[in-house]
Amino acid sequence: MFYRLSGVHHANYVSDSRIFKVPADRNLTAFIFLLGLAAPFIIPSLYLNSYMLPWLIWTAAALGLNLVTGWAGQLHLGYAAVMAVGAYSAIHAARFGVPWEFALIIGGLTSSVIGSLFAFAALRVKGLYLALTTLAMQFVMDWVLTHSPMISGGSHASLQAPTLALLGQEITSDTGYYYVVFGWCVLVTIFMLNLKRTALGRALVAVREKDFAAAILGVNSFYYKILAFATSSFIAGVSGALLVATFYFLAAPEQFSVSVSIQVLAMVIVGGLGSIIGSYFGVAMILLVPGLVNGLVVAMSNGLGTQVNVETLAHIPNAVYGALIVIILLIEPLGLGKLYGNIRDYLMVWPFDQFKK
Amino acid sequence: MDWVFLSELAINGALTGLLYSLFAIGLVLIYKASSVPNLAQGGLTMVGAYVVLALSHDAGLPLWLAIPLAAVIMFGLGFGIERVALRRLAGRPVIMILMLTLGLDIFLRGTTLAIWGGTSRSIELGVSYEPLFLGDLFISRIHLVGAGVAVALFVAFMLFFRTRTGIKLRAIADDYMASWSVGISVEHGVGLSWALASVVAVATGVIWGEIQGVDQALSLLLLKGLTVAVLGGLDSILGAIVAGIILGVIENVGAEFLDPLVGGGSRELIVAAVLILTVMIRPHGLFGRHDIERV
Repeated sequence: MFYRLSGVHHANYVSDSRIFKVPADRNLTAFIFLLGLAAPFIIPSLYLNSYMLPWLIWTAAALGLNLVTGWAGQLHLGYAAVMAVGAYSAIHAARFGVPWEFALIIGGLTSSVIGSLFAFAALRVKGLYLALTTLAMQFVMDWVLTHSPMISGGSHASLQAPTLALLGQEITSDTGYYYVVFGWCVLVTIFMLNLKRTALGRALVAVREKDFAAAILGVNSFYYKILAFATSSFIAGVSGALLVATFYFLAAPEQFSVSVSIQVLAMVIVGGLGSIIGSYFGVAMILLVPGLVNGLVVAMSNGLGTQVNVETLAHIPNAVYGALIVIILLIEPLGLGKLYGNIRDYLMVWPFDQFKK
Repeated sequence: MDWVFLSELAINGALTGLLYSLFAIGLVLIYKASSVPNLAQGGLTMVGAYVVLALSHDAGLPLWLAIPLAAVIMFGLGFGIERVALRRLAGRPVIMILMLTLGLDIFLRGTTLAIWGGTSRSIELGVSYEPLFLGDLFISRIHLVGAGVAVALFVAFMLFFRTRTGIKLRAIADDYMASWSVGISVEHGVGLSWALASVVAVATGVIWGEIQGVDQALSLLLLKGLTVAVLGGLDSILGAIVAGIILGVIENVGAEFLDPLVGGGSRELIVAAVLILTVMIRPHGLFGRHDIERV
């Protein structure tokens, strides 16, 4: 249809190594990018602030986890702890008087260092045991956070983030926050899109498929596992810092608890392992749908004239969130990205493949 | 620190540890039969406790009838979970199965709380809260009962694995393909292991519900249960019992020494440290089978 192709055929290496191998994909991406730029003028400020902003920032975070779990194949159940490291170190740096540009980078680098510790578990074990170790590490990090008043600002206190300022401009408006987050998300997306085309990306995929086999091929799996953890932790750190600076405004240990780690992993898996567009879908699904269903239940009960128990209402989003994970995994274990890919592949050569059947 | 106090800590720790074993047996049963890490055991435990409550408090049945009836219901639920969810993902990478059980856990927790509400309630088993005196030692009665249940379940499963059905389950645990080829219904066996784990979840839910009240904190047992299961070896029921005792003692005695140093709350830290050290030093646990990976 709009792809107007009869398949993708490369005649030379340059065309084979393009980011967008199909012109329609490039046009679609450009269109969505323009929509993203124009969003503050189209979408009311309330929706911009409470839906678009968290969606983009969690997408950036999910892409980071996708790097280590989807590309390098290392299970990670302690991602929120890494985000917390970035958030806290950036805020402490900013409170200390470091300009925000550097504070964000400090947050990312600190996360990188701490996040690489998780890689040492990955060097020893993999699969289920790696998941359990990272889960335990998340508990240790949580414990450190809640028990060191120096970091968290007291056991039940929270840490106020100073006003975000980039390039000498104080950012206080919703539109400003949105553009900062949008810029970061675009940066991460471009990085991930290019990752596929580089030696680094191919090495990560080799390590994912079988680390011993990769080692036989001359890919140093030790080095690439650490690199994958460090890179994804950097993305996690900056995303965590931005999350607090533009959305929560206060840092508290509960914002980075185990359930958040599980949530980010759910976003990645529901979206599809190793799929970039999938991460966008997955985050939207996990973040927005439970709330929508809850609204639907309220509307329906009002329509029927019955009153749903407040406590029931409070727990419906959680039940929906769990059910979503299960249902999507049952329909398509490779996630929403794969579903999108199926539709795209079908339309790609439409209507020419109709005769084959 | 005198030895009476220390042994009191150790004994009560061991009893608490046996209660963790109760939880871990549920994990081990499923891992043994299908190599699936069942992270939904916390959710199942909660559902088990709430079903007992619904039958005994809301429907007014006596406890001796409510608990077996809940076990039957949960048996069906376990079979259903395997049939609807796990079977479709058989043979998929472990990360998807892990996520599936996590999703199930969240779903079960959310649904239970949406139906019955989150206020903590007690099951009222009728076990006295008076501590038991053994010479100079204080021992909690309910912990003793729970430890008894854990040991009883352990013995029951040991005997069960010698029956015809039990031998089939062991065969499935050993090799899917080989079991299929000699005519064992693998699907049925895996379903049975889920059903049994759900029944264990009722026992866990009742005992823990009596100790700390039936509310969502029941699902927080997951980390401790996992640690016990991993320390004992994920496919060994004996391991779950031994590791439970070890973890309980380490946790209780360690917390006593560590708490004053770090200002309280060191239990979680000790459990997480035990889990990390186990995986780093001996991933297959004390009694687990060492899997050899072929390239």
